[in-house]
Amino acid sequence: MPYDAWKDNEYIEKLVKELQANGTNVVVGSLDKLINWGRSNSIWPLTFATSCCGIEFVSLGAARYDMARFGWEVARSSPRQADFMMVAGTIVKRMAPVMRRLYDQLAEPKYVIACGACAVSGGPFKKSYHVVMGIDQIVPVDVFLPGCPPRPEAMIYAIMQLSRKMKVEKFFGGVNRKENQKEFLKAHPIQDVEN
Amino acid sequence: MAEIKDTIARLFPEATFEDGDTLLVNIPDKRWHDLASTLRDNSELKFDFLVTIVGMDWADKLGCYYYLTSTEYNTHISVKVTTEDKEHPMLHSVHDLWQIAGIFEREVYDFFGIVFIGNPDMRRLFLDIDWKGFPLRKDFDESEENNPVSVESERQSDFTDTWVELPDGEVEKRQVRVFQPEDFVVNIGPQHPATHGVLRFRTAIDGETIKKIDVYMGYIHRGIEKICEKLTYPQTLHFMDRMDYFSGHPYHHCLCMTIEEAAGIEISRRAQVIRVIMDELSRIASHCLFIGTFCMDLGATTMLFYTLRVREQILDIMEKTCGARMTFNYGAIGGVMQDLAPDFVQDVKALLEVLPRNIKEYNKLFTGNVITKNRMEGVGVLSKEDAISWSVTGPSGRASGWACDVRKTDPYSIYGELDFEQVVKTEGDSMARFKVRMEEMEQSARIISQLIDNIPDGEYCVKVPKVLKLPAGHWFRTVEGCRGTFGVFLESDGTTSPYRLKLVPPSLTAAAVVDHITRGNKIADLITIGGSLDYIVPDMDR
Ligand code: SF4
Repeated sequence: MPYDAWKDNEYIEKLVKELQANGTNVVVGSLDKLINWGRSNSIWPLTFATSCCGIEFVSLGAARYDMARFGWEVARSSPRQADFMMVAGTIVKRMAPVMRRLYDQLAEPKYVIACGACAVSGGPFKKSYHVVMGIDQIVPVDVFLPGCPPRPEAMIYAIMQLSRKMKVEKFFGGVNRKENQKEFLKAHPIQDVEN
Repeated sequence: MAEIKDTIARLFPEATFEDGDTLLVNIPDKRWHDLASTLRDNSELKFDFLVTIVGMDWADKLGCYYYLTSTEYNTHISVKVTTEDKEHPMLHSVHDLWQIAGIFEREVYDFFGIVFIGNPDMRRLFLDIDWKGFPLRKDFDESEENNPVSVESERQSDFTDTWVELPDGEVEKRQVRVFQPEDFVVNIGPQHPATHGVLRFRTAIDGETIKKIDVYMGYIHRGIEKICEKLTYPQTLHFMDRMDYFSGHPYHHCLCMTIEEAAGIEISRRAQVIRVIMDELSRIASHCLFIGTFCMDLGATTMLFYTLRVREQILDIMEKTCGARMTFNYGAIGGVMQDLAPDFVQDVKALLEVLPRNIKEYNKLFTGNVITKNRMEGVGVLSKEDAISWSVTGPSGRASGWACDVRKTDPYSIYGELDFEQVVKTEGDSMARFKVRMEEMEQSARIISQLIDNIPDGEYCVKVPKVLKLPAGHWFRTVEGCRGTFGVFLESDGTTSPYRLKLVPPSLTAAAVVDHITRGNKIADLITIGGSLDYIVPDMDR
């Protein structure tokens, strides 16, 4: 996708600026680039679908939309082998602890995409007594993807967005987005689990 | 109807009757169990199929409607039982008469707090053990502080409560074990690739053999019934797409029909034909996805790609007309939301042309395969009696020899005029459940081909008042969804929003019967059996 076609270049530019505030070491910087190139082209999702949006995720995997073109097709059933979690579907209060546990089990570095209106904000179930109004109450979210359900093309856009974010990250030292994640986890602790 | 009334009046003088869309019998709780066994066993009545139990809160009293059907005489009846005690509401259980009643009663307990005396397992069904309050009561406190979002794991208990009636009429609460201390219990789900969504099984096993399964639901309970009470009638419609997201059209159809009947709206012939075509298209799409995911569970991943090909073609047709790929929101009160897209007829014809070839291909690739046969034939047999007693409807029920297709038994819309067959098999195993769905796709195609060439002209949606008020009363309608009998119970108090809207999903019973079918089978067969029952978790949880 050409650079201008993205809608949020400002955000990424700001991120890059923040990360490069202290300058970059030549050796570490090139290593970073190499590693991030690899990482951002083989993002493995965790199979995690609770409802309607998950079915569109299945379509994404099938021949027509074919996410294998981008290196995302290795959907893992175990969180320990996955890079990111596509939260496709409504999360309710009973499911919240399970989802948090899955998140904690993902291997670092880990990312979350909130896929669909439900995961973003509760969506059509805003008036419900049992739906969590936005998963950002439970886990830190990297990309929000609205839609009910988002079209598979939109899902492709969201994951590409995530891979852009990965590309500008620093893997070795320095400040990076992990700081926000740590703050979040500190503010939302679970008993007996160390973050 | 009159004879049924006479028979009951003769045996139960205290019963009173109300005429409605079905005959309604009022009975005091202490005679309810006797009436229930008469209804089931009397040779003139034979109400052997418990469609649903609808819990109710009428502000001054609590109670239930029981909807019953006789599979032999094809008659329907409903019974109303109430209690005035709101502190400790109790009714008598009928779990010993209909197996499924145990689960239905748990649901009512979960939502209304009504305890069923004699039910051996009175736990919550959808909400977790520490949930405060009963959500469908009118005075439920919905505030976030009452039940906050928590990331701590839910509490787990191996015990369940039961209320026993002693000979002197006193009721005593007892604790019983769900699993014995020596049981080896394996937890499967809620996050597991083969449970088709977030369903959880606690499975007691002996070696590799399943001893008992305790099904936990509610990991996607969204409280749709309660939300609907706060919305106007047209606003409630879109939730139908989000329950069983494969059969959005039939579900819409059912709710629209119920509301139209209550409001006395006649819809045009064109709208009826469109609705039926859409229902059948979504049945094909749904069964395609079933075949794909089921085969994938058994290890034949490629099948998913073959079946999704047809499904995508159907979704394209839908998208042109409805504007969405999955959550169509196409049914409207009075007809359908928009008119058909200009090339609808042409697209559907193209589909009908490729479908037989595709089905042949599926059969060649999968059905005749030796591994498939070994894994499916004779696995998870459900007898006809059990299917009825557990209320397992739809293709799964028909695979057990129970001719339960609502399109045939109680034809609605224009199904009465159409020429198609009800697919019934008698083996009752996973293979039969699979084959019934295969053949149903052909029947659906047959229905569509009868209609597609003569879609009548006319308006696609009749004029409906902007502010729709229904008269006071209650209605219950069923349709054949893609997975079985889907029912809508609607009680109105004369305002613009429903007083109570109860949705009766087919997946709930299909998941409830898993324990019964899998006992004694190997744990690997759990995947086959669960897959072949084809439940959708957001559908059962609502
Ligand atoms: S956002 Fe819409 S499609 Fe996605 S899970 Fe929620 S209701 Fe279903």
